[in-house]
Amino acid sequence: MTRSRFQNGLDELKEKLLRMGGLAEQAIDQAIEAYRTRDAKYCQKVLINENDINQAEREIDELALDLLAMQQPMAIDLRFIMAVVKINADLERVGDQAVNIAQRVLDLISEPEVQLPVDIPRMGASVTAMVQRSLESFLDGKAEVAEAVLQMDNVVDRMKDEAFVVLVQKMIAEPQTTRAALNVLLIARNLERIADHATNIAEDVIFWVRGADVRHGGAHFRA
Amino acid sequence: MGVGIEVRGLNAYYGKHLALKSIDMTVPANHVTAVIGPSGCGKSTFVRCLNRMHETIPEASAEGDVKVGDISVYGEGTDPVEVRRRIGMVFQKPNPFPTMSIYDNVAAGLRLNGFRNRKQMDELVERSLKLSALWDEVKDTLHKKSGASLSGGQQQRLCIARSLAVEPEVLLMDEPASALDPISTSKIEELIFQLKQHYTVVIVTHNMQQAARVAELTGFFLMGSLIEYDKTEKIFTAPADKRTEDYITGRFG
Repeated sequence: MTRSRFQNGLDELKEKLLRMGGLAEQAIDQAIEAYRTRDAKYCQKVLINENDINQAEREIDELALDLLAMQQPMAIDLRFIMAVVKINADLERVGDQAVNIAQRVLDLISEPEVQLPVDIPRMGASVTAMVQRSLESFLDGKAEVAEAVLQMDNVVDRMKDEAFVVLVQKMIAEPQTTRAALNVLLIARNLERIADHATNIAEDVIFWVRGADVRHGGAHFRA
Repeated sequence: MGVGIEVRGLNAYYGKHLALKSIDMTVPANHVTAVIGPSGCGKSTFVRCLNRMHETIPEASAEGDVKVGDISVYGEGTDPVEVRRRIGMVFQKPNPFPTMSIYDNVAAGLRLNGFRNRKQMDELVERSLKLSALWDEVKDTLHKKSGASLSGGQQQRLCIARSLAVEPEVLLMDEPASALDPISTSKIEELIFQLKQHYTVVIVTHNMQQAARVAELTGFFLMGSLIEYDKTEKIFTAPADKRTEDYITGRFG
């Protein structure tokens, strides 16, 4: 029956997106590990991983387009496919941010280590948790989990703001640390961007499940 | 101009079987409203109640309050023939009078209503054929060609012209494009969109994409009840009722 073929297509789309989510999580982990260990091999892994993410992005877009053209989905199915396409783009951007972090780390480790008053691994753990939970909400179609992700975004924003303050102070007090401090500041910013992508993913899950647009701080149901 | 339709507490029966259960529905003037639902849900019965076609089936009856513009369709003393003149109907299968010329097909309803003025009749036939987007294709063969000589899509537009000739206020369409190829279908859909400037259109369709393309409002019927009635974009993106969602996503039953 045609509908079971359609259902298989939807299942395949979900599976592919979750696999892509796994790649994006891995990219963040490796980037943080590179920072923590100052080991360039993790940076290389991030760069290699990036190709897989880009490939996965293309495959997901292609499958989503095929399903739209061939099955003319409606209602929750249409919202699902639209959410997948948007989450796909967010995950690809997460991969890009991991690459940016890896490049900053390569620059950091080309110079002697400088002690800086910012806990990047802790911020990384919060961001990873957000991405994980946003994907978990997608896996089970759980809008409550997605809502929890939206709350976590404020914490990460605050971490980045704090990093900005202490790193600027450090640069003023010890100008010789500027290069390292700037790299770390950019890493904090990349992490904060990843948190924004996790927030987008959570919003897309809520749209899929409830048919409500919660972007930009409001619940907008179609009139 | 089209007029609005107010349906309150409409019940329809086939013998003792209750085929429509207390339907309330407000159809706005000069809009296209689609009625969707699985086979046997009552959608065709519903539109046939709007112009008193339902009761032409033996043992079929209807009760309730149906107002089309200023006429109370089931009011005492309301003439069903007058109701049907004001509410035109187009069916699934094009049904032109096969041996009549194109002109006579369009003029048939006018003649039945006792219309005799030739000049005015010419004008009405031309206007109706223009409204149904068939004029350019048939204007040179109006009297030479028969209704049956046209293609399926042209025949359906001829039937629409025939309905329009008697100047109705509402046009009911029961699966008007389901027997047509995609090109004829898109012509009919384009036509429906144009017609709403002059008429109120209610279309029954099995084709949900068609409802989504042509209608501003969509009602979903299931087992004789109107389950959900809302703006078309709401019905097809985020319906409120689980049964509507199951039907339009094909997970029904």
